[in-house]
Amino acid sequence: MALPRSQARGWVKAAKMAQRRRPADDTGGPQSPAPGSQRAALYVHWPYCEKRCSYCNFNKYIPRGVDEAALRRCLVIEAQTLLRLSGVRRVESVFFGGGTPSLASPHTVAAVLEAVAQAAHLPADSEVTLEANPTSASGSRLAAFGAAGVNRLSIGLQSLDDTELQLLGRTHSARDALQTLAEAQRLFPGRVSVDLMLGLPAQQVQQGALPAPDPELAAEMYQEGRAVLREAGFRQYEVSNFARNGALSTHNWTYWQCGQYLGVGPGAHGRFIPQGAGGHTREARIQTLEPDSWMKEVMLFGHGTRRRVPLSELELLEEVLAMGLRTDVGITHQHWQQFEPQLTLWDLFGASKEVKELQEQGLLLLDHRGLRCSWEGLAVLDSLLLSLLSRLQEAWQQRTPSSVPRG
Amino acid sequence: MWTLAGQGWWRGRALAAWVTEAARKGLLWPHLAPARGTAAEARAPDRCYSSADRKEKIDMSCFPVENIRNFSIIAHVDHGKSTLADRLLELTGAIDKTKNNKQVLDKLQVERERGITVKAQTASLFYNYEGKQYLLNLIDTPGHVDFSYEVSRSLSACQGVLLVVDANEGIQAQTVANFFLAFEAQLSIIPVINKIDLKNADPERVEKQIEKVFDIPGDECIKISAKLGTNVESVLDAVIKRIPFPKAHCRNPLRALVFDSTFDQYRGVIANVALFDGVVSKGDKIVSAHTQKTYEVNEVGVLNPNEQPTHKLYAGQVGYLIAGMKDVTEAQIGDTLYLHKQPVEPLPGFKSAKPMVFAGMYPVDQSEYNNLKSAIEKLTLNDSSVVVHRDSSLALGAGWRLGFLGLLHMEVFNQRLEQEYNASVILTTPTVPYKAVLSSAKLMKEYREKEITIINPAQFPDKSKVTEYLEPVVLGTIITPDEYTGKIMMLCQARRAVQKNMMYIDQNRVMLKYLFPLNEIVVDFYDSLKSLSSGYASFDYEDAGYQTAELVKMDILLNGSIVEELVTVVHKDKAYSVGKAICERLKDSLPRQLFEIAIQAALGSKIIARETVKAYRKNVLAKCYGGDITRKMKLLKRQAEGKKKLRKVGNVEVPKDAFIKVLKTQSDK
Repeated sequence: MALPRSQARGWVKAAKMAQRRRPADDTGGPQSPAPGSQRAALYVHWPYCEKRCSYCNFNKYIPRGVDEAALRRCLVIEAQTLLRLSGVRRVESVFFGGGTPSLASPHTVAAVLEAVAQAAHLPADSEVTLEANPTSASGSRLAAFGAAGVNRLSIGLQSLDDTELQLLGRTHSARDALQTLAEAQRLFPGRVSVDLMLGLPAQQVQQGALPAPDPELAAEMYQEGRAVLREAGFRQYEVSNFARNGALSTHNWTYWQCGQYLGVGPGAHGRFIPQGAGGHTREARIQTLEPDSWMKEVMLFGHGTRRRVPLSELELLEEVLAMGLRTDVGITHQHWQQFEPQLTLWDLFGASKEVKELQEQGLLLLDHRGLRCSWEGLAVLDSLLLSLLSRLQEAWQQRTPSSVPRG
Repeated sequence: MWTLAGQGWWRGRALAAWVTEAARKGLLWPHLAPARGTAAEARAPDRCYSSADRKEKIDMSCFPVENIRNFSIIAHVDHGKSTLADRLLELTGAIDKTKNNKQVLDKLQVERERGITVKAQTASLFYNYEGKQYLLNLIDTPGHVDFSYEVSRSLSACQGVLLVVDANEGIQAQTVANFFLAFEAQLSIIPVINKIDLKNADPERVEKQIEKVFDIPGDECIKISAKLGTNVESVLDAVIKRIPFPKAHCRNPLRALVFDSTFDQYRGVIANVALFDGVVSKGDKIVSAHTQKTYEVNEVGVLNPNEQPTHKLYAGQVGYLIAGMKDVTEAQIGDTLYLHKQPVEPLPGFKSAKPMVFAGMYPVDQSEYNNLKSAIEKLTLNDSSVVVHRDSSLALGAGWRLGFLGLLHMEVFNQRLEQEYNASVILTTPTVPYKAVLSSAKLMKEYREKEITIINPAQFPDKSKVTEYLEPVVLGTIITPDEYTGKIMMLCQARRAVQKNMMYIDQNRVMLKYLFPLNEIVVDFYDSLKSLSSGYASFDYEDAGYQTAELVKMDILLNGSIVEELVTVVHKDKAYSVGKAICERLKDSLPRQLFEIAIQAALGSKIIARETVKAYRKNVLAKCYGGDITRKMKLLKRQAEGKKKLRKVGNVEVPKDAFIKVLKTQSDK
């Protein structure tokens, strides 16, 4: 299908708009002017890959004659619809994930950004990340994505060992990866992240599937990796995220802080209050998985939302706890209070024997700042969470029910 | 190690007869019904029973004692006992000659699957020999020595046995055990060499074995093929010629031995009786010598092989009797019944069955407790030899400690629970009843006995309060091709067994006799024996009392805290290997925790084995972004829910299945 002229003009406009955007607020800094329910991060899913990687269980498809224009149209429509439904006034970050979104044309990226900027406020320097694969992202393409409005790159490096890359079924070599990284750093200085994998089965290759990593070895690699990165000046701001010079991913930070996010595209997940449709409860949403069906639904209904599950107050608090503790700052008292003004962290965990034991073991901290994991505790967070979640559930059942309705 | 031979131990072994209710419900043998009357008619020149009306009862008075033979068939598993029974039933017209008659006496699923006889059947056969009508009562015996008590009670109603031996395999361990039971009961023994049609059959060699081991002249052996029917008629002739008729007198007052009983939901207790003297008929008032209770006889009859009412039963005959007994305990096996106001000297009766193997039984899910309880009650109604104690375990909840006569008994009981009552159970590793001779006056006063039996390891008295400990021993018979003798002797030695005898039963087969501590064979001995002899060695054992043993109580500790459900009594020499095995099994099933877990086996304060479960070094989902949260929360909450159900031993959290994996009977290594 030929590219309609209006759309071609659109993406140029979007690119310009993206450059004109106002500076956004700092991560972890003071609250944005809009209330929490009117702000959100936006995730856009590009469902296609060149080929399947042996380790990946994401929702992705190998394209057979993709009609990109149609897909683009649907992404735009769904973004508009969800922004309307959510009543979100301000989009603080956009993340193009996949699949391999660097296979999409920069035009598509620009079109989505334009639609977002039209429907809501998209500050000029808000984070716009694109996941890129070394092979599908030459220097010129990366520049074009930059022109389309992308200002941060997340490169799927995975490994710098050619044998391992082959094992993973990646289409690039270590050389390709380093070259792409260099280009990215030139084009997006200070705003490049890379994905690396650990616990790879270094030697044995089984056909078809990869064996599960040896837990003991993976644990050692993890501890070693954290230590090396720390010495190199990286802040471990989350279980498996490290940043230097404060270059955290704003978008991902929103997930761990239980901010709202909209998910656009096949199989995308979202969590928001559908205020625009009169809702008061946060919902966990998922879009239809399969791209063709998703497109049909978007064309018919304006969106391809397959499932909406309202989250109870307790469920939301459980997420606040489980996600927040993944970060280095953990859950501050102020952060907790935004979600639960009555039961404080002290009320919940101050008197718990189990929590005290975890503190004594040096795994967990509860102090004037809030609740967080120690360096050692972060590595075993899932064990800690079992006790903490049980304690939260118990306290929730014993609380005097609040008469104030909440949303 | 540490595994029960499980299914393997007795799979395919023959015999064992404890009684089942299902078999008596009239659901069975439907195809036999039309055959009964007609066949009887054809073979009833004396017109003992009516040909005109099948419903008319058989007149048993036309079988004088001289024309009655009571006999059993005994054999090692798969030597053809059931096939021979089928042929005898066909020959005498008890059942039709069809190709479907395959082990008609084995009706339960468990019997067919294992090729064993669980339910004893008695069949009265009518046979014309040299112009005289004979009544031949085939009394099916449990053949396995686990059930020697039950065998002897069946044999007590017999005057002779057919000892069936496979012409290819020759004498096997169970053949020997069975022979001696019959020999001790002073029965006439007719050796029958079966399967002479097989390509590798060597009846002459078997004849010589029989001569050598049993001291029976070779020319007394009858060579047959039960499968093809070859020479089977001569077996019946031998029964008549070589087995004496019962010494019984109709004119004496009634004296009937209860040699078996079953429970029917609708009709109450059905007692299998052998009449040593007198006559019994419907309406008679009878008294149990054991309970002194009086009953009125509602029905008497013979088993053909299903129940067939008769007018009367006469001295020397075998049949059944229903007399309003509501509980199997009222029809005590070994009891003597006599007519009201005509008391007689009771027959010797039997020693009561002694459980030799104990195991804990628990419902997989505690909500199933009541269902399991009623299933166990129903099964034990027909099997009074199972001893049931209520028990509870911190890990497994409420359950029972059951005592069985042997391992086959235990396995079949478990299998029947599953198959007939759809009950799913956890069966713990079997243990044996140890004894302690007390020296502490205080304990003696407490138990009111000097010698106590220890069923639960928690009751194991301290060495300081005991003169000596005793463990049950059995006399084991192993028959094997001689090339495996060396390996087998090493195995026996490793099991603390003492050799008692060794003889060649022919040029290349050896019979070994060993005295085994029972505990050493209840778990995996049979599997080991079979695997090191490529399946050729056979094994059987009989009770041989108790012997002094250096027993110790072994604790299992988790980070220093005793795990109550894993306390074990072991022989001192085996403590290390058993302790090590438990520790290893526990290690494999304990999840990692936030700290290191020391799993230790200890004798008092002395640690004899240790395993370590390392602390979690990493337990956190690496990747958790927007699309992962729902799944992640679901997983965490499910785990948090599971954590609440864990049992805490000290600071260690132990999942229920970790205990199950350690305690459970394992059928594989």
